[in-house]
Amino acid sequence: MNGQDFINAMSAVGAGLAMIAGIGPGIGQGYAAGQAAAAVGRNPGAKSDITSTMLLGQAVAETTGLYGFAVAIILMFVKPFK
Amino acid sequence: MGYEIVNAANVLLAAGQKEADFSAHYWAEFELFGQKLYLTSTHISLIIVSLVLIIFALVARSKIKKANAEDTPGMLQNICELMVSTVDNMVKGIMGENGKKFRNWVATVFVFALLCNISGLFGVRPPTADYGVTFAMGVITFCIIHYNGVKKNGGKHFTNLFKPILLSPINIIGEIAVPLSLSLRLFGNVLSGTVMMGLIYGLLSPPITTGIPAVLHIYFDIFSGCIQAYVFCMLTMVYVNDKIAD
Repeated sequence: MNGQDFINAMSAVGAGLAMIAGIGPGIGQGYAAGQAAAAVGRNPGAKSDITSTMLLGQAVAETTGLYGFAVAIILMFVKPFK
Repeated sequence: MGYEIVNAANVLLAAGQKEADFSAHYWAEFELFGQKLYLTSTHISLIIVSLVLIIFALVARSKIKKANAEDTPGMLQNICELMVSTVDNMVKGIMGENGKKFRNWVATVFVFALLCNISGLFGVRPPTADYGVTFAMGVITFCIIHYNGVKKNGGKHFTNLFKPILLSPINIIGEIAVPLSLSLRLFGNVLSGTVMMGLIYGLLSPPITTGIPAVLHIYFDIFSGCIQAYVFCMLTMVYVNDKIAD
């Protein structure tokens, strides 16, 4: 196994580790959805407002996960370490 | 993203039935000012999306021009009126009366992003799955934010960055992060959908590929695409409104 193979293998491991970032958005989006469900239960009339606010908040919460995804994609395919 | 993506896909899915294909290919190669440039699938799908939008706009324009106030509106006119009034209400809800002049930009970017995101349904590679496209959209938003900030507040727009002098690096990074996070959000969502669909199409053998992926297209292309187009416009409006609010 030469040096480049080792770098490729470690890049794949690093990409996998980068996707641990998916935990955070999962928790955050689930919490937002739970709170929105509670809010609809309390005030069913405001359902459309609550839904749009929830979706906006979830999309913003997703950003950190997408940073992890971008790092993983760059490690796997762009191969910055040569 | 580098276009070496092309070969790496084969390594990733050596176990699949055929090669997974979710990468941008290049169709032509030419030189400009000593720089090698490629005509990639992103350009081609962008041209398709733009042509569809332009043709739709021209047809709608001629229909609306001929429309008579007494007639029953046709289907196309109904669709156009629905779209325009939806976007108008959306802008009004976020920006209030100040936002009237931003309706055109928001509607344009919404329709463009929406059509780009769901173009994966029609077999072309979504243009927004290329960072070049979304980053350009983010930079335009950045320019709009700061143009309107300077127009509204003058020099105070810049001195506000240094208000608590200790926090000035954080303020500056926060301003620069706006276009990056806007564009990365759209790009990451659409790219993850494209990658997943590519992997699934690579995994399944031909007779099954007609049924199962359709369900996933609903989530990855239609649902995710609509939400992300909506969120992009929403955040654009929120950021601009931040600068122009009294």
